[in-house]
Amino acid sequence: MIKKIFLVGNPNVGKSVVFSRLTGVQVISSNYAGTTVEIMRGFLKLGGQEAEVIDLPGTYSLDPGSKAEEVVVSLLNESARDEIVVINIIDSTNLERNLYLTLQLLEASLPVMVCLNMCDEAKHHGVSIGIDTLEKLLGVPVVPTCAITGSGIKMLVEKIKDVKSKPRDKSSHRDRWQAIGEIIEQSQHLTHRHHSLREILEDASVRPFSGALIAIGLMFAAFEIVRFIGENLISRIADPVFFNLYQPLLIKLSPILGGESFLHHLLIGDLINGKIDFKQSLGLLTTAPYIEFAMVLPYIISFYLVLGLLEDIGILPRLAMLLDNLLHHIGLHGFAIIPVLLGLGCNVPGILATRNLESRRERFIAATLISIGIPCVALQAMILGLLGKFSGFYVSGIYLVLLVIWMVLGVILNHTVKGYSPELLVEIPPYRLPSLLTLWKKLFLRIKGFLIEAAPLVLLGVLIINVLLYFKLFDLFTGLFAPVISGLFGLPKESVVALVMGLFRKDVAVGMLMPLGLSVKQLFISAVLLAISFPCAATFVIFLKELGFKDLFKATLIMCAVALVTGSLLNFVIH
Amino acid sequence: MRKVSLTQMKERQKGTILDISGGLGLQNKFMSMGIYKGREITKISHIGLKGPVAIKVGRSVLVLGHGVANKIVIESHD
Repeated sequence: MIKKIFLVGNPNVGKSVVFSRLTGVQVISSNYAGTTVEIMRGFLKLGGQEAEVIDLPGTYSLDPGSKAEEVVVSLLNESARDEIVVINIIDSTNLERNLYLTLQLLEASLPVMVCLNMCDEAKHHGVSIGIDTLEKLLGVPVVPTCAITGSGIKMLVEKIKDVKSKPRDKSSHRDRWQAIGEIIEQSQHLTHRHHSLREILEDASVRPFSGALIAIGLMFAAFEIVRFIGENLISRIADPVFFNLYQPLLIKLSPILGGESFLHHLLIGDLINGKIDFKQSLGLLTTAPYIEFAMVLPYIISFYLVLGLLEDIGILPRLAMLLDNLLHHIGLHGFAIIPVLLGLGCNVPGILATRNLESRRERFIAATLISIGIPCVALQAMILGLLGKFSGFYVSGIYLVLLVIWMVLGVILNHTVKGYSPELLVEIPPYRLPSLLTLWKKLFLRIKGFLIEAAPLVLLGVLIINVLLYFKLFDLFTGLFAPVISGLFGLPKESVVALVMGLFRKDVAVGMLMPLGLSVKQLFISAVLLAISFPCAATFVIFLKELGFKDLFKATLIMCAVALVTGSLLNFVIH
Repeated sequence: MRKVSLTQMKERQKGTILDISGGLGLQNKFMSMGIYKGREITKISHIGLKGPVAIKVGRSVLVLGHGVANKIVIESHD
């Protein structure tokens, strides 16, 4: 009886895509090592019985070394050998390197079958593999698949029941590579291909000068595309829907609720000059949906569309290489750029992705820098909405201030945090043409995740604020913080409401600033403060889960200090 | 034939790995990625003076931080 099926393989061989195909569970996959940081579980029907399918993080070997390897080994040893099947997923374009893990799996007497994934890509590269020969040499079933299109998956499932463990002698590392050499010799045939444009680009992107040019160009283009799509989604779709379709309905509803009632205050909010103002009314039916759907969602869509493209083409690991030097100064190595970029979408997956960094010191530095200096897309969208109408100087100014904080804080942390930071050691994947279907699925998953997590919180946030404002409960509070808020930061004491709300959700917090009638300088300072001060509740929770209470406490202290210093400095410097 | 460290090797040069220093953990990690004594590699590039090194091993492109690249001794083919 097969109870568990483990998917094991090197990083970036398409394990998650195979997992999706087997279980129907949609998961995020990208073209770089370490996309899967959480162990995913799903189910597959096998001859009337349900077997659990477990997608493990990518690993190069079963030797103890990295955390990913430990996780894989301990999970594999957890269950009885006759109740499990290990599907070893292999990147067909790189058979040689992948076979090292395969031999280790066989030597561990695990019931293994081999899934030769990315078969179509291998063909493009001029690699052909003799399936029967490989099956004979390894002594286990081998099935060629192309998980992206789904071909071969049916055959893979059919063969699962035939998998048995075969004893194989343990060998030394050197002998293993020797054996692999022989297997490759007999089963793989390479046709020489002329250098394609893709290979020329691949080469150029890891060279110092051309690589930097390509990277800067791409990042600039990415930023512009995100802005272009976001702006157009707002002006062509979101705003017309809200102003032409939704507002007339609310105008009819307003008198029914009675202008001064509590319910009117909750649902519609205050009328500004006798009219509903989506940005200032602060009602559950007005400002709350406007913030989420007309200000933030368009940028969520455009950001994740562009990020998905960058991920699937294979640009991120190349950025990691180019930025390695720079990131060493702040106690990290190049790979840390990936959690940072994910953090620009939402800090939560960003902090989760720091699991790919090996040492605790690196994880602490990266997670602290992400939660302080990396504004999520929801916050950025609101900042654009708030400051975009003034000169572009203010918006870029915020990024500049955050970058400076990042560098200064990073250097300080690098000199004070104890522990070691290991060096970069990572594989650069080939450039791949992203499949539209995977891109779409990934975008859909991320938007769905945003809507499920954010929408209820935004409503709740606006509700709480409304109740507190209606019963004037904030007044106690604002008085208490007034010395810091007004004295040091030069902000009106009402803006404490927004800063406190920042604990909950950043987008709503910026929304709270809109009715206050702040000057540009005050808007600028409060936006910076919101970006660096407390992370939202979700980031708090994930930080606690990933790094523990002590580190969270330390990071929170650092955050308060940075917020205090930056807020007062900006207040003094800007005129 | 010249004995050099991976960081001293020239770009686009081929060579054979002669020796790898460093702890067991690093050795194992190198081994599992196909970096071991006797293996032929090609250096692709080097970012900056103290930056990482990209090499081609078999069909994979690997990037090594400057410090770890220094631990690999190569016999370069001219």
